[in-house]
Amino acid sequence: MTAAFLYTILVLGGLGLVLAIVLFVVANKFKVEEDPRIDIIESVMPGANCGGCGFAGCRAFAEACVKSGNLDGKFCPVGGNAVMSKVASNLGVVLQEKAPMVAVVRCHGTCDNRPTTNIYNGSPSCRIISSLYSGETGCKWGCLGGGDCERACKFGAIKINKRSGLPEVDQDKCTACGACVKACPKSVIELRNKGPKNRRVFVSCVNQEKGATARKACAVACIGCRKCEKVCPFGAITVQNNLSYIDFNKCRLCRKCVDECPTNAIWAVNFPVKVPQQNNE
Amino acid sequence: MKKTFSMGGIHPHDKKISAESAIERFPVLSKAYISMSQHIGAPATPIVQKGDKVLTGQLIATSSGFISANIHSSVSGTVSAIEPYPDIAGNPVMHIIIDVEGDQWDESIDRSEEIVRDIKLTPQEILKRIADCGVIGMGGASFPTHVKLSPPPGKKAEILIINGVECEPYITSDYRIMVERPEEILIGARIMMKALGVSEGYIGIEVNKPKAIDVMKSFSASYPEIKVVPLKKKYPQGGEKQLIDAVTGRKVPSMGLPIDTGVVVQNCATALAVYEAVQKNKPLFEGVVTVTGDCTEQQRNFLLRVGTPIDALLNSVGRLPKDAAKLISGGPMMGKAVSNISAATVKSTSSLLVLTSEQTLRKEEGECIRCAKCADACPMGLEPFLLNKLARAGRYADLERERVYDCIECGCCMYTCPANIPLLDYIRISKADVLKILRSRPK
Amino acid sequence: MRKLLVSPAPHIHGNESTRKIMRDVLIALSPSLVVSLYFFGVSAIELVLVGALACVSVEYVIQKYLMKVKPTINDLSAAVTGVLLALNLPPSAPWWVMLIGSVVAIGVAKMSFGGLGHNIFNPALVGRVFLLISFPAIMTDWSIPDSWFRDGVDAASGATPLSLIKEGLSSGMTLEQIQAQNPNLSYMHMLFFKTGGSVGEVSAIALILGFIYLLVRKVIRPHITLSILVTIAVVSGIFSLCDPQQFTDPAFNILTGGVLIGSIFMATDYVTSPMSTRGMVIYGVGIGFITVMIRYFGSYPEGISFAILIMNSFVPLLNKYVKPKRFGRR
Repeated sequence: MTAAFLYTILVLGGLGLVLAIVLFVVANKFKVEEDPRIDIIESVMPGANCGGCGFAGCRAFAEACVKSGNLDGKFCPVGGNAVMSKVASNLGVVLQEKAPMVAVVRCHGTCDNRPTTNIYNGSPSCRIISSLYSGETGCKWGCLGGGDCERACKFGAIKINKRSGLPEVDQDKCTACGACVKACPKSVIELRNKGPKNRRVFVSCVNQEKGATARKACAVACIGCRKCEKVCPFGAITVQNNLSYIDFNKCRLCRKCVDECPTNAIWAVNFPVKVPQQNNE
Repeated sequence: MKKTFSMGGIHPHDKKISAESAIERFPVLSKAYISMSQHIGAPATPIVQKGDKVLTGQLIATSSGFISANIHSSVSGTVSAIEPYPDIAGNPVMHIIIDVEGDQWDESIDRSEEIVRDIKLTPQEILKRIADCGVIGMGGASFPTHVKLSPPPGKKAEILIINGVECEPYITSDYRIMVERPEEILIGARIMMKALGVSEGYIGIEVNKPKAIDVMKSFSASYPEIKVVPLKKKYPQGGEKQLIDAVTGRKVPSMGLPIDTGVVVQNCATALAVYEAVQKNKPLFEGVVTVTGDCTEQQRNFLLRVGTPIDALLNSVGRLPKDAAKLISGGPMMGKAVSNISAATVKSTSSLLVLTSEQTLRKEEGECIRCAKCADACPMGLEPFLLNKLARAGRYADLERERVYDCIECGCCMYTCPANIPLLDYIRISKADVLKILRSRPK
Repeated sequence: MRKLLVSPAPHIHGNESTRKIMRDVLIALSPSLVVSLYFFGVSAIELVLVGALACVSVEYVIQKYLMKVKPTINDLSAAVTGVLLALNLPPSAPWWVMLIGSVVAIGVAKMSFGGLGHNIFNPALVGRVFLLISFPAIMTDWSIPDSWFRDGVDAASGATPLSLIKEGLSSGMTLEQIQAQNPNLSYMHMLFFKTGGSVGEVSAIALILGFIYLLVRKVIRPHITLSILVTIAVVSGIFSLCDPQQFTDPAFNILTGGVLIGSIFMATDYVTSPMSTRGMVIYGVGIGFITVMIRYFGSYPEGISFAILIMNSFVPLLNKYVKPKRFGRR
């Protein structure tokens, strides 16, 4: 009896010892020397591995930071200035703060505003729809409603509203990583300054058709009438290819354009109630 | 045992309702909408201006690149506009819109019924004539024919195969021209063989078209270099790689072109267009189009001018039935759904098919039961169930290793899937992505 | 103008469906059901009904209340599992054993992996093996219940041919002596409905009829079944040539026990079998070989259940490394 126990303990213990030695030797032999700052920087990163910074993941970002020794062109949109200041202090460089951004859906072609002209019966994917044809409505520019942005978002911040068929951004969850912008084949989504108190003014349309055609397809289309361009006191609005665009760096949120727009294509969100049609569900 | 291709394939139903209705001339309408992008490659450049008078068959837009094609007016009249006009998919494409006045043909076109058998032109002249007349592949890919008939340096053509397979259900336009204009097709084939410098020609026809086989055989007696090859009925036999395999047993290598096996495939409608271009100096501005469907009042074959609006074509087979749900330009397996019925036909339009919602509405997608029916049906030996999953996950490196780029988009996998999984939807997209990655990679 | 449908090609579908496939499997099982009804009477039908109902309801409950998805019992896959499990039990098994087996088969082997299409192991076999290990006495009690349709006189002894031979061999007898003691061990008995055994394995002919039906309807391809049978024949042939007194011959090995029902209905389960033709053959050869090894050298008289489960675990590997022949590739 005792012998059996003894042998078992000896054999198993010996085996464990031998393997431990092998592991130790191998681990030492193949040790990879790494800058310890990579681990430190990785630990302050959000760890979402979303790729919003343009690198393969948080570790790749940390490696790139340490390797180059500066933060030129490197910014973690998820962590924002808070995380980046930690990264900067670890690298011993000064951070240039960036204004927080948010994804904005520039289309309001809901079922009521933009009636469908046919029924799509394929896989629900914007890329498939856009490679196949112009979409279910008369507007070939706007949101296709396939939900590629929703699937691309790692933070659950953008969701298709079943009623309107359009994506809606949860501005508190959105980290402005830009995944939805890349996923959208129609370039409907844009990263814009989050704005003071989250207040933003933007043109919620991407239709570049001439006024009459655009209006025929969608009740709230930008018709390129240039009224907003004329009324803007800051020169923030330009109209190109029948489409108005507000430069968020120049816009001072006076909202004159919102009142001027004949098709309600310009949206002002998170302002105190003044504009009757604004509602950011 | 009749010949066929070696792997995969399916047997969709064999309905050819319009098979016995002879080709009729479709009337010229009051307006023609002629697209500048009727072929693969660069759009043609318009050389007429608004207000110009044009004749039927007159050159109105020229080829703008190596892979591009000339476009000729299909009607006579006045150019009323040159502007973007939505195509069948609703996307605006540059069109020349012509108000029709009479039907006055360009005088250089030989309009006689007489068959011209002597091929007088040299191979170079033949290629130039084909390019001048804007002939493109009528099988669906719309590749400019003169480019396909000029093998790249270092490659030598040995065999020409004329594709008379027409393996898609419903379509009968190729069948009708094989029955009604067999000798022109044979002369067209002979012209292309002269241009390519090959002495071996075949016409592949599936056995469900016995009349076409008989007619072609009886005429090919006087063209001994061209043999009629009856083929077992199986879809997608009309695919280039499958047809070459079926007729010659040669396999086009992965990522390769048919010419790598020394074979050039041309559709029989292309052979007819080549005949008319070379022997009759008639540019490609009309072709045979089948208008059909189980639910339409009539099923007919028309000789139709390019640029005819689709709604006018539909009206010709009676009023659109109540249960009509989908319009398809082409066949039910590979055709394109029409979302804009005011769009105009193009050179390669071969069929307009009306399906009911019962025939075409997709059923609810279920779970993959791993039955491997898609892999058995794949004529390229791929594993669609796997490609679909990789495609949805965006795993491009794995997709490349699983050879998604070999997919010919025939739709066999999706046709056969018992769980109604839209396999090809995602595979098609990921194939385009992988090809883009491969092309961007330094050699 | 009504709105047109738009979708990518292809625009038609072959009208195959999971439900139709499962229905065909049930139809293919019906000859065996009829034979077992004749042979074992109501108790067989009771087992089959309990099995089908239990499996379907377990799947429904799990999908509806645990996974919170739309139940898919209409695809009949749970019913097939239930019927197959019932056919794998001894006719004398009580209904509650069947119930436990169903819960294990559907709940553990199928739904916990994610449901149809995601399970690694054949659910019916997991259920059977679970029962075999948990209730060895019940699962090897081959006594034959009364049947209305058949008088008890010509009934088999109640033991399966395989267990008779296993016991005989272990008590030192030779095959010849065992055969002399048991006149029912003839091929004619095995081909028709006179072998003792579980509900579904009584008649080889009925199972082969089902096989032919599945082939004609193109539900399965013959590769897996045939490679199992050929492997069993070859391997047992070699052994029985070496020592005909210790090792049973190929025909006996194919006709007895669960080899036919296993190779026709269990090994060919889509979800748990390889997808490529070459993979199928490797898988079938593996099953055949392991089956014979367990029969000759293992402690259980029958080994095909274990053989199939063992090879099930190789299927992901086979799918990954054994690819179909690609077009245009040498």
